[in-house]
Amino acid sequence: MDAMEMLKTEKLSKAFGGLKAVADVDIHLDKGELVGLIGPNGAGKTTIFNLLTSVYEPSEGKIVFQDKSIAGLKPYQVTQRGMARTFQNIRLFADLTVSDNVKIAYHQHASYGVFSALLRLPGYYKGEREFEQNALELLKIFKLDHKRNEIAKNLPYGEQRRLEIARALAAKPKLLLLDEPAAGMNPQETKELMELIGWIRKEFDLTILLIEHDMSLVMGVCERIYVLDYGLVIAAGNPAEIKSNPKVIEAYLGEEVH
Amino acid sequence: MQKLFSFKNGIILVAVLAFYAVIQFTISQDIMPPFVTLNLMLICVYVIMAVSLNLINGFTGQFSIGHAGFMSVGAFMSAIITAKLAPKIIPYIPLHDPKPVLLLLGLIFGALVAGIAGFLIGLPTLRLRGDYLAIATLGFGEIVRIVFLNSDYLGSAAGLTLPRIATWPWFFFVTVISVALIHNFVRSTHGRACISVRENEIAAEAMGVNTTRYKVLAFSIGAFFAGAAGALYANYMYIIQPSTFGFLKSFDILVMVVLGGMGSITGSVVGAVVMTSISALLADYPQWRLVITAILLVAMMLFRPKGLLGNKEFSLNFLGRKDGRNGDA
Amino acid sequence: MQVFIQQVINGLSVGSIYALIALGYTMVYGIVKLINFAHGDVLMVGAYVGFFATTNLGMSFLPALILSMVVCALLGVLIERIAYKPLRSHPRITALITAIGVSLFLEYGGMLVVGPQIQTYPSVFPDTIYNLGGVTFKIGDIAMISTAVILMVLLQFIVHYTKTGKAMRAVSFDYQAAMLMGINVNNTISATFAIGSALAAAAGVLIGVYYNSIDPLMGIIPGLKAFVAAVLGGIGIIPGAMVGGLFLGIVESFVSWAGYSTWRDAVAFAILIIVLIVKPAGLFGKNIREKV
Repeated sequence: MDAMEMLKTEKLSKAFGGLKAVADVDIHLDKGELVGLIGPNGAGKTTIFNLLTSVYEPSEGKIVFQDKSIAGLKPYQVTQRGMARTFQNIRLFADLTVSDNVKIAYHQHASYGVFSALLRLPGYYKGEREFEQNALELLKIFKLDHKRNEIAKNLPYGEQRRLEIARALAAKPKLLLLDEPAAGMNPQETKELMELIGWIRKEFDLTILLIEHDMSLVMGVCERIYVLDYGLVIAAGNPAEIKSNPKVIEAYLGEEVH
Repeated sequence: MQKLFSFKNGIILVAVLAFYAVIQFTISQDIMPPFVTLNLMLICVYVIMAVSLNLINGFTGQFSIGHAGFMSVGAFMSAIITAKLAPKIIPYIPLHDPKPVLLLLGLIFGALVAGIAGFLIGLPTLRLRGDYLAIATLGFGEIVRIVFLNSDYLGSAAGLTLPRIATWPWFFFVTVISVALIHNFVRSTHGRACISVRENEIAAEAMGVNTTRYKVLAFSIGAFFAGAAGALYANYMYIIQPSTFGFLKSFDILVMVVLGGMGSITGSVVGAVVMTSISALLADYPQWRLVITAILLVAMMLFRPKGLLGNKEFSLNFLGRKDGRNGDA
Repeated sequence: MQVFIQQVINGLSVGSIYALIALGYTMVYGIVKLINFAHGDVLMVGAYVGFFATTNLGMSFLPALILSMVVCALLGVLIERIAYKPLRSHPRITALITAIGVSLFLEYGGMLVVGPQIQTYPSVFPDTIYNLGGVTFKIGDIAMISTAVILMVLLQFIVHYTKTGKAMRAVSFDYQAAMLMGINVNNTISATFAIGSALAAAAGVLIGVYYNSIDPLMGIIPGLKAFVAAVLGGIGIIPGAMVGGLFLGIVESFVSWAGYSTWRDAVAFAILIIVLIVKPAGLFGKNIREKV
């Protein structure tokens, strides 16, 4: 095993009924890499995320995360091992405050137990202070600190997307999976977001796997890119290689060309 | 930051103690009409029931309609201590008046067994969602009733007779402690984990929250306090019968929670006080009581489905600092 | 062997009633995803309409049965329009709570109207007991089973061969798509409530005839049992409700025969919980999971 390796899939496949949504996918991420996963709609990108986070069980193949297989783990156990994600269709805790959204993701690192909570022992106050401080620091990075007491669903769309990333970071992941983080954002917001992603990768020492529908966007930030079509990896390489790959052009030609 | 000895907590403490003292004085001086006393005790019982059900239904977003089943377990299990085994236990209590110790033992035993029952029933059934879970809990409540109905040891359909050893201080302080503990739980990281299950189970799981654990935990804690409420009830009413704790009782408690607002502790307290008072006022017209309950329930769902308080808390925040809704209320 | 057949016959009698009620549950659930808690109470109203039709209006069994079905069909539509329809876009729990409210309203509102006492149902069939090789049965048993069977066949016909039935299946399969295809979803839902409630009314009259007594709370237990039957067969699946009802009837019949009649209801609920845990989609259902 390569000590530099963060994630590896071997012949990862998922079939729904007769339909193979993902077929024999081999991808690997080294520590600290920022890798893009692109492909037309319905190519199986989100299915791969769902497999990586144990929301789905693979039909075949295996997933090795930090040198250990994640087979049989529940989604929350995968997260506790150090993999956190965002969702394509935003899944915030919509009726809770911005700050509570982040605190919930810190929960797994809680320093006090149920009894301390029930009886409000000193550990409770200490733990809650930590939650409060950590949440605030994180929200500052995402420029959401002034909105920490607002209800999440009342935030503008772009801020909801940012909050989802902040929340994922609160889980203190090693590997961050971002599912179309820029979807629905205007070009200016997208540009800022991409800079932010680059920055948090260094700051939090992260490895990032990023799904994007928009090719041009991924080209700017990702070091390597996998291209998925009909559940198969049709190309892999650095942005320059991908751009000139005829298969990729073909896959995207039927669709919108960016 | 949160503090234990804040001005606000001081005010709450003084108000609570003053309320207790006034009632205790009027009862001890025989000024309080027995009918009112009875209903004050019942209010305490239903406050515990409603707040504990709210933990399950309102905060954790599960849907239990078998809560009276746990009350029943608490009532009958405490009766084993305070009625059936009392003669055997009393010699071991080196006190002039063994009743408080007996009641305390009954209370703890009733609550614990109910909590364990909650754990055992919650573990398999909480995989179910929404309406399926509702039906499973209803079925559980009915099974409890039928089991006690068929238990000769617990008096079958005729039920058990008990001494009246629970008094106002017991009712009052058990209620205050129960509500305070549930409040503390909800306002902790563990409570937030429960709330995240309600808000979005998939996201909660993705954020590392063991959703099954928190569902079962909320269910067990809720059952534990329902058991305590049942134990109090049993040791005041002289007699308990399995039929007292049917699903109609579960519905009553559900109405209190829904009326007050799912996810609001103070709402449940208000709901319990209002509904118990309505029952008391309409005691001579039980059918009208239920018709009114039914109309309230339907009207509430049609016009204000979030209940009186929604998931907000009625709070004394104006006394201290301003705070967010889900902060330390 | 005679005892066995006897129990099966008893079980089928009760089971056919459960099946009739379960059909209403299952149809309504299939189409609006609501456990209509008030369904058992519609049954009670049906029983009372039948009761007043025979005692006060002097009707015979069949006209009374039809009158009761018509009245309850209207009642079912009314309940849906007033209490459930405004909540269609709300979380399902909201409608479920409303259904509990409607149920309590019918039970205790009914009690205010007809009084809480038990009424003796007029015997519409001769009480003669027939003996066929050691197996005994009454005309009532046969009438009950055959009424149930006729109604179920009729329902199958409606669901599969009429326009309304096809619309019902379409809406139940995909609400949005049905609406886009120009199906009048509101009318289809009303039709479902009407048919389900009419079947419940028939079951109510049959229960009155079979047990000779009715009261305002009579609908609760059969309602819950029928729900168990519906879940057992796979809620939303019409043949499943029939099989589930008959199966539950037979199980109960054997539990009683074995001397555990006081445990009968507990067995039904235990079956419910086990089915929900082991195969929540029921014996005939398919499991579906939420899209992430």
